[in-house]
Amino acid sequence: MATEHSKSSARIMIAPAVFVLLVWMLVPLCMTLYFSFADYRPLRATFDAWIGFDNYVSFLTSSSFLSSVVTTLQMVAGILVITIGGGVMLALLLDQPMFGQGIVRILVIGPFFVMPTVSALVWKNMFFNVDNGLFSYLFKFFGAQPYDFLSQAPLLSIIVIVAWQWLPFATLILLTAVQSLSSEQIEAAEMDGASPLSRFWHIILPHLSRAITVVILIQTIFLLSIFAEIFVTTNGAFGTRTLTYLVYQRVLESQNIGLGSAGGIIAVILANIVAIFLMRIVGKNLDN
Amino acid sequence: MARAITPRKKIMWTALAWGIGLLIFFPIMWTFLTSFKSEATAISDPPVWFIFDWTTENYSAVLARSNYPLALTNSIVIAVGSTLLGILIAVPAAWAMAFVPGKRTKDVLLWMLSTKMLPAVGVLYPLVLIAKYFGVMDSRILLVVILMLINLPIIVWMLYTYFREIPGEILEAARMDGASLKNEIIYVLTPMAVPGIASTILLNIILAWNEAFWTILLTTVNAAPLTKFIASFSAPEGLFYAKLSAASIMAIAPILIMGWFSQKQLVRGLTFGAVK
Repeated sequence: MATEHSKSSARIMIAPAVFVLLVWMLVPLCMTLYFSFADYRPLRATFDAWIGFDNYVSFLTSSSFLSSVVTTLQMVAGILVITIGGGVMLALLLDQPMFGQGIVRILVIGPFFVMPTVSALVWKNMFFNVDNGLFSYLFKFFGAQPYDFLSQAPLLSIIVIVAWQWLPFATLILLTAVQSLSSEQIEAAEMDGASPLSRFWHIILPHLSRAITVVILIQTIFLLSIFAEIFVTTNGAFGTRTLTYLVYQRVLESQNIGLGSAGGIIAVILANIVAIFLMRIVGKNLDN
Repeated sequence: MARAITPRKKIMWTALAWGIGLLIFFPIMWTFLTSFKSEATAISDPPVWFIFDWTTENYSAVLARSNYPLALTNSIVIAVGSTLLGILIAVPAAWAMAFVPGKRTKDVLLWMLSTKMLPAVGVLYPLVLIAKYFGVMDSRILLVVILMLINLPIIVWMLYTYFREIPGEILEAARMDGASLKNEIIYVLTPMAVPGIASTILLNIILAWNEAFWTILLTTVNAAPLTKFIASFSAPEGLFYAKLSAASIMAIAPILIMGWFSQKQLVRGLTFGAVK
């Protein structure tokens, strides 16, 4: 029952939010786009406003680009496998009858609220450190050689750190989905003599599929721009340089703004491919 | 018909869940314990668990020697400031979209969400340039504005999903009784919206507190919040486990407590209503 009057005041109420987001999105992005076609290296006082697609060509054909894409994919895939697999199992576990369910939930969710720099440094020093880390003691306790995680398996180490941070997120969302599963359906299947495994495969997993998709998409968007965890652990060395990190290095460390901006635009395009899928799901849900 | 649960099964699930829960929580627990050890105890071989001389000297050392108080102040100003600024802009927008939905409302909402998916690194250098141009590098106001912009889509979405649950009949009833639009907002809608706004504020303070891209790259000392302060411990002179632990615990404790209160809102806020 919206009147013309309320419609125009609605427009005025929405305007500030749309305006700031429009400026936020367009101004810096246009600048990046502009720089991506320029040869701009402030440290050498080089500025040539138009060199065509040279930056894109040299960024895309450099070996560091290809390896950074591979690293990014490995990192994101590794984290997704751990968090989704662990999250489904944890969600099903937390849904079981038990004592102190609320406290267990709190314990499981804790890591999500730890700031990235803290979790990265705690893992790096107190767990992974080859001399004094807990894992080294554990290895020695079982009579094995201490293992230098961050220099021997740096990518895996970062995957462990970030997966630890995101496991609670996946668990919490999947738990919400598990709890919305009607118990009648499960009971009916139980009476029909379905085994736990086939119940999981034919009833629970299909029910969770939408929640899993949402978790995958949201996490992918956040994981594509992992930064702090790499920054404080390996600083991009030993094959942990993701696309985000490569662009950061080109822009701020080597100050090759043109090349870095071309990389930035490529990162934006790649992220948008994932985003489109997420938006479709969210948009569909909005209609209900 | 409730399923029969044998006590034995329940105890089994309890043991398993507690075991895994404690394992996941262990790094936080270990940091907490280490923060009360002396530096020598912190790296003792074999590690000591509960029985050691508990000391608070690490906390006083971190508080006294470093720029911890400044970083804490910065974190509070940036997290709270950006959230409140975002609320100020988002409440009217979410309100209008929930109660006077137009043909384009859905498109606007989705477009706002899409801005959230822009990789930060894609606009890093322009932001540095703009900040330098306005002379606001390493200032709190810069971080307040940027974090507000980053979280604005989430704030609008969360508020929108809350507002949409307020029944429209109440508004009509108020209008029938002759309430003006102003009175309608102040006396009818606001009280019903407060819980939703409060949860939105809570979740966004948490997100802003833990943001670790812009806060690290756009600050040096003056506006450096706890994320950046802790990152400085990765330098060699910072390799003191007990002090690192104490600083870490102080940085995460307030947010951990707030986070536990906002578990439910977390699902709603971070899935944009796609999972309820």
